[in-house]
Amino acid sequence: MEFVKSTDVVVIGGGIVGTAILRELSKYDLQCVLVEKEPDVSLGTTKANSAILHAGFDAPTGSLKAITNVRGNKLYHQLEKELDLDIKWTGSLVVATTEEEMATLQELMQRGHANGVEGLQILTAEEVLEQEPNLQNVKGALWAPTAGVCWPFGATVAFAQCAVQNGAEVMCDTKVLGFIKEDGRIAGVETNKGVIKTKYVVNAAGVYADEIAKLAGDDSFTITARKGEYILFDKTACNSLVYGVVFPCPTKKSKGILVCTTTHGNTFIGPNANELEDKEDHAVTMDGMNEIMTSARKLIPNLPMGQAITQFAGLRAVSSTGDFIIGPSDIEGFFNAAGMQSPGLTAAPAVGELVAAEIARLSGAAKKANFKAALPKTKAFLRMTRTEQAKAIEANNLYGRVICRCETITEGEIVEAINSPVGARTVDGVKRRTRAGMGRCQGGFCGPRVTQILARELNIPITEVLKERTDSNMFYEKYAADGGEE
Amino acid sequence: MNQLYDVIIIGGGPAGLSAAYSAWENGAKKIIVIERDRELGGILQQCIHNGFGLHHFKEELTGPGYAYRCIEMIKDKPEIETLVDTMVLDVKDNKTVIAVSPEKGLMELQGKTVILTMGCRERTRGAIRTPGERPAGVFTAGAAQRMVNMEGYLPGHKIVILGSGDIGLVMARRMSLEGCKVQAVLEICPFSNGLTRNIVQCLHDYDIPLYLSHTIVKIHGDTRVTGITVAKVDYKMCPIPGTEFDIECDTVLLSVGLIPENELSNGLNLAMHPLTAGPIVDQHRETSLDGFFAAGNVVHVHDLVDFVSDEAEIAGKYAALKALGKMEGEMREVKVSAINGVRTCVPQKLSMSVANPADEKVKLFMRVAAPHRKVRLEIKSGDNVLLSKPLPVAKPSEMIAVEIPAAKFDLIGDEITVGLLL
Repeated sequence: MEFVKSTDVVVIGGGIVGTAILRELSKYDLQCVLVEKEPDVSLGTTKANSAILHAGFDAPTGSLKAITNVRGNKLYHQLEKELDLDIKWTGSLVVATTEEEMATLQELMQRGHANGVEGLQILTAEEVLEQEPNLQNVKGALWAPTAGVCWPFGATVAFAQCAVQNGAEVMCDTKVLGFIKEDGRIAGVETNKGVIKTKYVVNAAGVYADEIAKLAGDDSFTITARKGEYILFDKTACNSLVYGVVFPCPTKKSKGILVCTTTHGNTFIGPNANELEDKEDHAVTMDGMNEIMTSARKLIPNLPMGQAITQFAGLRAVSSTGDFIIGPSDIEGFFNAAGMQSPGLTAAPAVGELVAAEIARLSGAAKKANFKAALPKTKAFLRMTRTEQAKAIEANNLYGRVICRCETITEGEIVEAINSPVGARTVDGVKRRTRAGMGRCQGGFCGPRVTQILARELNIPITEVLKERTDSNMFYEKYAADGGEE
Repeated sequence: MNQLYDVIIIGGGPAGLSAAYSAWENGAKKIIVIERDRELGGILQQCIHNGFGLHHFKEELTGPGYAYRCIEMIKDKPEIETLVDTMVLDVKDNKTVIAVSPEKGLMELQGKTVILTMGCRERTRGAIRTPGERPAGVFTAGAAQRMVNMEGYLPGHKIVILGSGDIGLVMARRMSLEGCKVQAVLEICPFSNGLTRNIVQCLHDYDIPLYLSHTIVKIHGDTRVTGITVAKVDYKMCPIPGTEFDIECDTVLLSVGLIPENELSNGLNLAMHPLTAGPIVDQHRETSLDGFFAAGNVVHVHDLVDFVSDEAEIAGKYAALKALGKMEGEMREVKVSAINGVRTCVPQKLSMSVANPADEKVKLFMRVAAPHRKVRLEIKSGDNVLLSKPLPVAKPSEMIAVEIPAAKFDLIGDEITVGLLL
């Protein structure tokens, strides 16, 4: 196999966890490469989840989940400013509808205290309804003021961009096929693009983390994919749903089907939780939609189903150990960041700290003196004042052309998303960076226009523009008059 | 740029263009049409088939042909300005319009009146909750139509169309003519929602099967659509277990309804009608907010562009008269209610001049809730029958237009009912 490059660390997987690790590693004098099998980052678990920054009262005290959750939540408060992340610190409610559930709230609060969560409080029904007047059957709720919602794709891209501005590299369309070992320790990674020589590997491969570990000789755990389905509502639906994050009382299996806001003011219901054999099954099912609607109706009987704009399903990586698997494995040089189900999104920056510190310690790498923590600030056209909008158009007249009419996304923003570091290469990549196509018409109007802009900016034919994954072409050449392709 | 316009028209499709011409004809001196696309004409520009204009222009035109007529009518008139590639960001209730374009930047325009002619958009997969994977190859029929007819690309090669609305039917023919294989058209209702002539000319002529009372229960494919699972539905439109079968395809086109595009109307808090999903208007097409008019698909979805033009001419005329101060005088409001099998009726209210009730004949546009044969349409006010008309056929897909003669106006009380005698 052809040799491509030599580096200190290869991170496998371009989700929130892999990019958070890459960013932390880029604080040290280490050469780092992230490999991602898909054409873009953020395409696995990161692309379809509840986007909640949990307070940290759910996981058992002392577990890696609990520790990294509480630490990760704190780190997001800091990263929000540095990386210009989209976060709404809404706080969260766990709503009890029976006396039995009220007792569960007490348990959750005690666990939260033990986990180091600050500000927890039990609210009365009246206090809950003051915040969320549409809820029904409320007895009381656990209020966690430190919880919030974030924009997971934006955070992933920001982590990757920050790492890149500090010397790390992101390689998309790069699939890991095997590992090279010397004297039992990791010496390189075999990919479809060739061999990358490396001293350390970090496995952040999501639902495939067990298969990657096995390739390296670590079969200490397995990962099961657990599917969660969602229904997303138009921004106008919040007045009949919720304004914040509302959980039902948790069950053994999951935190339950929630009713929840997003950073941009949409609302969703979901997820359910079904264990799968197939790690590629992202199908939304009729049964699943019925399940989440039935469950959400216990809190909000009149769901505005006419304002639903899309449904989607995401897979979570559930580990056989019951906890996150973070740190060195028995294979020297091979680290895991696996089993990153909820609260993985919240925990990611803390997981990054742990893994990077350990690799720095083993390799003796020092911290960089000139680490650039901040990314340049950008502001969505929609959120600019009129004066700022006028100025933006004056500087670049593409800001004067609205491409996505539902979300008011301009051509200027789309071109910038394509041409930035770790830039968009696909129609959905543009959507996840700019929100073009995330509104009520779901790209019906702007999808073809975004395709044309991508083709122009990437200098490729329209027929080569992808929706999202490899081979997901959007359009084809017309047939020639004689019946063949033109 | 802050200038005072008699009439600002938002949307340069057939409604906006017809409204502009009519406002000009009725004396407005300063009119502007704002269009977000790169040219005027709206969705007509991608409707390259024929069948337009039989009522309005008394001849059969293509979509671009109809648009051309409308554009010609307003061209070279110093009183009418047009802006293309320009998006309206906000309309304030004092009739200030904020718009943006690459060429002119951020603009603020001031109107004496505003006409909303933003048209409609297509319902999506998400709105109808079609289960399955989310691969490439699922398009709304209109988006695919634009790509094929204006940009010159195919959305795929083996096509299934969900929904038998007119755009779906027309696209079935279009894709066949392009050399694609249209595997089926599926319709969840027990009847088609398209015009009869389109069923015949677009499906029968090309041997494309139409499955009534069927829908998609799963879309397959990781990257690109590979096929769908279809099932028959019961009278509640729920899939019947055991009736599933698969169809191989690489493309699913959705023609599952149109929704008036009322983001700006909602921003203005206009009174909206729950069934038309458009603003409530009177016979002059004035909305609940003084000086704001609306016409065309933004008010209620039409099946014929001819009626869009008719309606927009009304809006243009009265917006002009309002701007010129010719709509003064005391008015009384009459409610128009759709009952007995009539689902919607536009206008939803009449503003009758107290001094001069016999103003002008009133045209009503309505849709029935379900298909009927040999029924009678009856328009009454109290016990007074204003109009009684036999309808050989009444279908939800075909809008019914009738006129109440001015001579009957003195029979009108506080409410008019529009219903079928079944």
